[in-house]
Amino acid sequence: MGLKSKDLVGLHHVTAQEIELILDTAAPMKEIIKRNIKKVPTLRGRTVVTVFYEASTRTRTSFELAAKYLSADTVGIAVATSSVNKGESLKDTALNIAAMGADVVVLRHPMAGAAELLARTLDVSVINAGDGAHEHPSQALLDLFTVREKKGRLAGLKVAIIGDILHSRVARSDIWGYTKMGAEVYLAGPATLIPPGIEKMGARVCGSLEEALEGADVINILRIQLERQQQGLFPSLREYSRIFGLNSDRLKLAAPDALVMHPGPMNRGVEISPDVAYGQQSVINEQVTNGVAVRMALLYLLIGGGA
Amino acid sequence: MNLLIKGGIVVDPVSGTVSEKDILVADGKIAGSGVGLHHPDAQVLDVPGKLVTPGLVDMHVHLREPGLEAKETIYTGTRAAARGGFTAVACMPNTRPVADSAAVIISIVNRAAADGAVRVYPVGAITNGSLGQEMAEMGDMKQSGAVAFSDDGMPVMDSGLMRRSMQYAKMLNAVIISHCEDKKLAGGGLMHEGDVSTMLGLKGIPAAAEEVMVARDILLAEDTGCRLHIAHVSTAGSVRLVREAKSRGVRVTAEAAPHHFTLTDQAVIGYDTSTKVNPPLRTAEDVAEIRRGLADGTIDVIATDHAPHTAEEKDVEYELAPFGMVGLETAVGLVWTELVAAGVLTLAQAIAKMTINPAKILGLPLGSLGAGAAADITIIDPAAAWTVDPAQFASKGRNTPFTGRVLHGLPYATIVSGRLVMREGIVL
Repeated sequence: MGLKSKDLVGLHHVTAQEIELILDTAAPMKEIIKRNIKKVPTLRGRTVVTVFYEASTRTRTSFELAAKYLSADTVGIAVATSSVNKGESLKDTALNIAAMGADVVVLRHPMAGAAELLARTLDVSVINAGDGAHEHPSQALLDLFTVREKKGRLAGLKVAIIGDILHSRVARSDIWGYTKMGAEVYLAGPATLIPPGIEKMGARVCGSLEEALEGADVINILRIQLERQQQGLFPSLREYSRIFGLNSDRLKLAAPDALVMHPGPMNRGVEISPDVAYGQQSVINEQVTNGVAVRMALLYLLIGGGA
Repeated sequence: MNLLIKGGIVVDPVSGTVSEKDILVADGKIAGSGVGLHHPDAQVLDVPGKLVTPGLVDMHVHLREPGLEAKETIYTGTRAAARGGFTAVACMPNTRPVADSAAVIISIVNRAAADGAVRVYPVGAITNGSLGQEMAEMGDMKQSGAVAFSDDGMPVMDSGLMRRSMQYAKMLNAVIISHCEDKKLAGGGLMHEGDVSTMLGLKGIPAAAEEVMVARDILLAEDTGCRLHIAHVSTAGSVRLVREAKSRGVRVTAEAAPHHFTLTDQAVIGYDTSTKVNPPLRTAEDVAEIRRGLADGTIDVIATDHAPHTAEEKDVEYELAPFGMVGLETAVGLVWTELVAAGVLTLAQAIAKMTINPAKILGLPLGSLGAGAAADITIIDPAAAWTVDPAQFASKGRNTPFTGRVLHGLPYATIVSGRLVMREGIVL
């Protein structure tokens, strides 16, 4: 059994069985990362191109390391140094990259639907590394992997996602992923940052942070961007922090062994207090390690089979 | 040149009657109608089983000329109209330059006379450059041929200016066509705001962005006595506002576009940029209310908002694609399939909304098959089932979300001033 699609555009159209397969495949990949010699020949001769229309340190490095650990060649294209600034369309840029022989294109793009456009255009595999406010499936998969590893299960867990849901592709992919795996997702954030109809995706919207945290097994804190305050979506970061910031007092509302997660980069002292971010229950650093393992699994499942 | 149209089912939207009879055309006018007509030297068009209606009028199209000829020209746009069964179109002023002066209106009228396959009636801008800052020379434009005024796509946000424009337009006995959208509420949105926009991560345009403006303009029309026509109504709330205003006697009329009574925001799933349109595709509830509004007369007109764009412009990220879809060559099929065959409208009602009603609103002597009227006639084959194939379009624009859809009802012939301009899909 493998993945049905040549691409990973989002978790919306991925089945629970496929998610299970990806997580199962990621476990041995994590073993490779822990070795002294972090290299297996699985994807030797294959090429992974990362195309990033948005700045990102973590996700891009994670994909590139994942490819390198599997012996694939990697090339990174960043917006500042590419022909994107010469007015070339996304479609033409991608066709050029594919014509050069890429096996996988990893795309980060500020606009929703960009990965789907690329997947439709190209014959090679496309992995969505975040498209606007749509999806960021590899982030959600690493979240699921982390929780499953710590808790031994996903079904029946209460997961709280806190913050700017409106602009968050991580939240959307997390909602699809957690609910498909049988967990319950509770959302909390300023009313102006809760998008209408999000309940239809299977999540529940809470009236307060406290309500979402009550008895939670997993707490996903989202990054709040200063830009949103400048857009008039909430009064101030100070007030945001007072109403929606996770601190050690509020953490006590959750289950005693609740996991604290954050997709990064963090605004410490705003959406999460430093003592919680670095506390006993935080798995934020492990999320990063697991991100590499999950991305290795994805590359292997998408292009490793027939090689 | 005389023309005898024999054996068709004549739909008269003025009297609301549908009957089998012949129509004789002479010297570009309707010479008479009746059963078993004969004429010694008339070209005979035998159309048994086909519908013969007054020439269809589309009061909302974008012909893109002058300035945006890569998208469409008066030549191609009027041929698309002819293929779609339209004998007259009113074209919106968002050209380059904007049709905000008599000079541009005259250039459109002249180009249409030289190049046009069907009648073209320009709509002038309300404000200079449609920038919403100062009134354009509406009087001068009206004398030069402008049939209405609109800042379509660039709604007049300044309520004071809109009120003064209506006062002025009333003096000219002109109708103001309002594209109702509060730009601040729309907030740069890309599609209807709701569960689908949330799922897709696309910025939403709330229904209130339209309804606030519909309400404002109805109040201003009531205040000034100006005739107001609401363009492309897309929400249930807008339909209710217009219905309520009409019941109070406000001089307001409204139109709906085929895509707004056919598609919902579900069509956007997959990010097909041909679904990106302003106002956006709404919900099933909105579609149902628009159909109710069409049936009860709240919505007077069916107009396409034909908005051609190039493939290059549309073959991009959803956010970057321009708003708009073509509509001239699919309108009759959608009206027939979605409204007439579906039992939403009677045949006479549907034809009235595409002929006499828009003609009345624009003050045009069109929409009738009475003796002496201009012989603008559309013949429709109601039995034809056909598949939408943009490659067949006469329009330069291929941006339609209906590609591959099977429709019933196809324009068979288009006659302007007694001259056959389209027959069986071929523009003559």
